[in-house]
Amino acid sequence: MISIIRTALVSLRRDRAALSLSFVLPVVFFSIFAIIFGGRRDSTPKVTVIVVDEDHSRASERLVKGLQSEQSLIVKTKPEAKQGVAQAEYTAAAAEAAVKAGIAPVAMIVPHGFGANPMSFGGASNGPAVQLLKDPSDMVAPQVAAGLLQKVAMTSMPDVMAELGSRYMDQYAGGFTAEQRKRIDAGLEQLRRETGQRDTTAGGGQNATRNAGLIEVQTRDVVGENKTNPMVSFYAAAIGVMFLLFTASGSSGSLLDEAESGTLDRVLSSHVTMTRLLAGKLAFATLLAFSQLVLMFLWAWAVFKLDFLPHIPGFVVMGVCTAFAVGGFGMLLASLCRTRAQLGALSTLVILIMSSVGGSMFPRFLMPETMQKAGLLTINAWAIDGFTKVFWRDEPLSHLWPQVLVLVAVGAMLFAIARRAAHRWEIV
Amino acid sequence: MAAVPVSSAASSLPLRVEALVKRFGLVTALDGVTLHLEPGECLGLLGPNGAGKSTLIRSIVGRVAPDAGTIAVFGSAADSAGARTALGWVPQELALYPRLTCRENLESFGRYYGLSGGALHDAVAWCLGWAALTDRAAELVKNLSGGMKRRLNMAAGLIHRPKLVLMDEPTVGVDPQSRNRIFEMIEKLHGDGMSIIYTTHYMEEAERLCDRIAIVDHGHIIAMGTNEELVQRTFGSRSEVLARFQSTPELSARWVERRGGRRVGDAVQFTIEHPTEIAGLLDDSVGAGLVLVDVSVRRPTLESVFLQLTGRELRE
Repeated sequence: MISIIRTALVSLRRDRAALSLSFVLPVVFFSIFAIIFGGRRDSTPKVTVIVVDEDHSRASERLVKGLQSEQSLIVKTKPEAKQGVAQAEYTAAAAEAAVKAGIAPVAMIVPHGFGANPMSFGGASNGPAVQLLKDPSDMVAPQVAAGLLQKVAMTSMPDVMAELGSRYMDQYAGGFTAEQRKRIDAGLEQLRRETGQRDTTAGGGQNATRNAGLIEVQTRDVVGENKTNPMVSFYAAAIGVMFLLFTASGSSGSLLDEAESGTLDRVLSSHVTMTRLLAGKLAFATLLAFSQLVLMFLWAWAVFKLDFLPHIPGFVVMGVCTAFAVGGFGMLLASLCRTRAQLGALSTLVILIMSSVGGSMFPRFLMPETMQKAGLLTINAWAIDGFTKVFWRDEPLSHLWPQVLVLVAVGAMLFAIARRAAHRWEIV
Repeated sequence: MAAVPVSSAASSLPLRVEALVKRFGLVTALDGVTLHLEPGECLGLLGPNGAGKSTLIRSIVGRVAPDAGTIAVFGSAADSAGARTALGWVPQELALYPRLTCRENLESFGRYYGLSGGALHDAVAWCLGWAALTDRAAELVKNLSGGMKRRLNMAAGLIHRPKLVLMDEPTVGVDPQSRNRIFEMIEKLHGDGMSIIYTTHYMEEAERLCDRIAIVDHGHIIAMGTNEELVQRTFGSRSEVLARFQSTPELSARWVERRGGRRVGDAVQFTIEHPTEIAGLLDDSVGAGLVLVDVSVRRPTLESVFLQLTGRELRE
């Protein structure tokens, strides 16, 4: 028994690939999940919300200000400055376009006339409702935004709420006496002064109770409203890219088999140069990965009603670029490793990390901001973003240029490094 | 590696290697190797494992960059396009695609040399016939016997019909019957006038197949010539006596040492100038208390030459 354990232990100690899979991968993976879900408060995910104030009343301005002071929200009232030039404030149409383009997952439109009648007591519609335009691919952000809207109504506009309450009382309970009216007005004035002072402090109303429904909200999906199965394209891309990475590293591993068997030497002694050989293998890996994507999306179309046919041009562009990038990734790993076992361990480690950070395992919008930014270092994130633009946002081909540029550049760069690393096989 | 200035006579030589040096760290694998190969000649490189034979072959095919010296293949530098076309290489390893059939392997390697269409088809057919694998053309390589894989490995090195072929121990791990078939294949090539470099550590192979033999040890060519020349140069007219005795190992060992012989398995071996010396040797053994079982006299072999020159046996 002891001798068997000893033999296994010695073998394991000398197998670095197995060692890293046994000990490094679990620790790394645990750390990633701990960072994403483990309560790193300083980097809790914030919801970006576009706010359009069409009313410009005292109540609407107070509401916007209250939203801006919420720590869980990033409130945008105007687009990012372009080349240092400040942009005009969002209109309702521009906000809707921005949600469609994925700039923010949700937009709030505070309509004209909101200030005259901001509250809806008892569910009655007394004035124009706040419009909540959302991208349903993000299941969290619209709910957070809607909840905080109600909270802010309570904490940033108590005077407005009290005034309306007294008006309804006056209207429906037979009216106040002159003395009562005088006291109510004095109380409201006091409340206005206090609220005005509180507006100048940040993060108002931490202990306020939620009282959902004070502000009437009309919610509308502005993306994917006609999709029969909205999330399937996201998962087809997310899962697809992860397996593409495995496929590419596996197929590029033939280089190591050939080096080990001596076939590589024989090939390189013919008219085939190392560059030509690697380019051929990259082309094959790209073709294989693209075929895999085609199969996956056709399956999603046939079984899960993915809207595939109208999106074929975008799919081809994103599919080829993604396949090229993962092909370059596979070539790099193969050229850096000495053995198949090493390649297996390294590729498993790197691909699982890339897939978790890059959004293949769970959407990036669920992650803290720093992790979302780190995700942009992965092929997965760029590929998923591109496929989302095609299948979810119905964006034209011209809008894919950032993803195309990054994926092609990454593929080319990884291939160039692989070519350099493969020099060790050329001549001893 | 230096450029290779060649005269017209030298450029017609299939292979010319001058003062080749290759070091791997502190180990000198090739230490000033010089040789040439005549057209249609089969030159054997005979030496033990680690002597530098494979490094020399790999230098000629351009897979190893020498630290010094020159190599010319029909006047072209090694690793040049001309040399690659003229050279065929049969590596020691089974450098084949195991999941491809025999035909697909040959087609792949043919394409790597730029063959296509009818030329490729003809070359594949010739190789399959030469390796006696025509009826196995559609068989996956991984399903072939060891001998068949070896033959296909050789055929793949000849797919582009080179003028000079380098064979690096092509019979390693092959059973005697398959080895004989491989010898016949090589003899056919030789008979057709192909120039061949053949490395081995089996002297029988070198004796059977090679016109000339270069004995390689520790990165040097320590002797080169025909089989007869090597024996003559090393032993002159001397012969070898092999005798077996009944005695204790200690007694036998003391006597062999005193008489300047050596033990070969259960026999002892001496080199003698004249056959008349045998009688005196046997008388002396009786005086030492040994009982003779049998005795024979033979001309020294390549093995003896190697032993004489290096003090070691070929397969140590």
